[in-house]
Amino acid sequence: MTIVRVAGVGLTPFGDHGDRAGRDLFADAAAAAIDDAGIGRAAVDHLDYGNFMGALAEQQGHQAPLMAEAAGLDCSATRYEEACASAGVAVKAGVEAIRAGTADVIVAGGMERMTCLDTGAVTDALAIAADELYEVRAGMTFPSAYALMAQAYFERFGGSREDLAHIAVKNHANAVHNEYAQYQREITVEDALDAPPVAEPLHLYDACPITDGASAIVLTSDDYAAAHDLDAPVSITGVGQGGDRLALQDRDAIAETPAATEAAEVAYADSGISAADIDVAEVHDCFTIAEAMALESLGIADSGEGIFAARDSITTPDGDCPVNLSGGLKAKGHPVGATGGSQIVELTRLLRGDHPNSEYVADATTGVAHNAGGTVASAVVHVLEVAE
Amino acid sequence: MTDAQSAPAGQPAGYDEWLDAIDAGEGFYLESLTGVGSLPPRRVCPETGSTDLTRELLPEIGTIDTYSVVHVATPGFDADAPYVSAIASFGPVRITGVVRGVDPDAVGDTTDLIGAEVRVTVETRATTDDRLVVLRPTDSSNDG
Repeated sequence: MTIVRVAGVGLTPFGDHGDRAGRDLFADAAAAAIDDAGIGRAAVDHLDYGNFMGALAEQQGHQAPLMAEAAGLDCSATRYEEACASAGVAVKAGVEAIRAGTADVIVAGGMERMTCLDTGAVTDALAIAADELYEVRAGMTFPSAYALMAQAYFERFGGSREDLAHIAVKNHANAVHNEYAQYQREITVEDALDAPPVAEPLHLYDACPITDGASAIVLTSDDYAAAHDLDAPVSITGVGQGGDRLALQDRDAIAETPAATEAAEVAYADSGISAADIDVAEVHDCFTIAEAMALESLGIADSGEGIFAARDSITTPDGDCPVNLSGGLKAKGHPVGATGGSQIVELTRLLRGDHPNSEYVADATTGVAHNAGGTVASAVVHVLEVAE
Repeated sequence: MTDAQSAPAGQPAGYDEWLDAIDAGEGFYLESLTGVGSLPPRRVCPETGSTDLTRELLPEIGTIDTYSVVHVATPGFDADAPYVSAIASFGPVRITGVVRGVDPDAVGDTTDLIGAEVRVTVETRATTDDRLVVLRPTDSSNDG
């Protein structure tokens, strides 16, 4: 099978970009990735682009060709929408195209503008990832959906708000030196516990922020990288996607994420790794409880143990498997349609050794990115490995 | 379910028809031959793929599986907040709704509604006139 190399990566800072148009943000991320790869724009065969709520935030549909144009790419382009996993599935599509031999060079990634909407409008927009009839009309919000999962988790496995607070504290600390992170500041467990409630049992510091940002990755075939003498030491060796019923009420389990488990199993089989091989992971912590469940789906923690992993220093920078060294969605920020791409960017930087937190994973060879849509009705997992 | 409670689905029911039925005290769900339950609109059992679906009467009493006290609501629920959101099991199906008949401020992190018995009703939001699926504890008054 064709090996897919990560030839270049780019991000905008995550945060509040004011009135900057989405196309401007993506152009920045794409330019950084193309520059990092050291290729010409004419080499790009296709753009795989993720975006979730652009039609609501910017009244802009049909974004893919617009983003290709903004990035200076004279190629075909496809937009992927899978809620918060939009960029993850866009990257997966790029990997699959190169493996299939239909492309040598792909730009993948995504963009989201969110701060142009007020909190109520963002809450409304995010809610469209849920079942409109049975969840949204019944008063469910994005935070309350994860709160329902958290309460069910507490009931089934135990754990507490304090355990969740340790996840937030870890991820905020990880973001301090990440120049792209929205919140480059530490918080304490007490800060998290004393924060105002959003949807109990989740409070403000259990939730990711409202964020603008873009991510881009240049993917190439191994042959192309070799022929053009590209410095691309990291490969994507495994991809997997899983699905579940959209509405929480229709699932067998509310305190687990079987779609992510399925995605991980497929990705691990694809790459030939097992969970024990994972040195570092970027997981979809849109809410603290989401990180706990992600760890269990990825096999980094046993069932019912994910909530204790940060408290027990398993996933802290000095732990057995550092998780979200970027700061995660929680502190780095969560521009929904860009997040899955940003995880690949951050893992690549960590594995290459040019991330501010690379020192914690200096010997790492295998990383996993976990990107989830909605309440994990969709999930995509990528395995990244340092080429031998 | 007895045969007397079953009826051919006929034309597939929609969401509004489902609300009307609950409002009339005749709430229903759809069931495939293997006993898998689902809610309309459904033409195919999501688990078995069977298109042979019958309407079955929704159990009168359900139990809450999980809940949350929502403080930051969407604009369409602004005047309803804070409110309790919950998912409750009614036989083979679950229903998401707003719990009324309990004081949201009294439902804290340590107050456990899980396992509480509820009835499902159709009421209206405080913020709008839109119909709302409501779960009322069987031991509560009709206030609130």
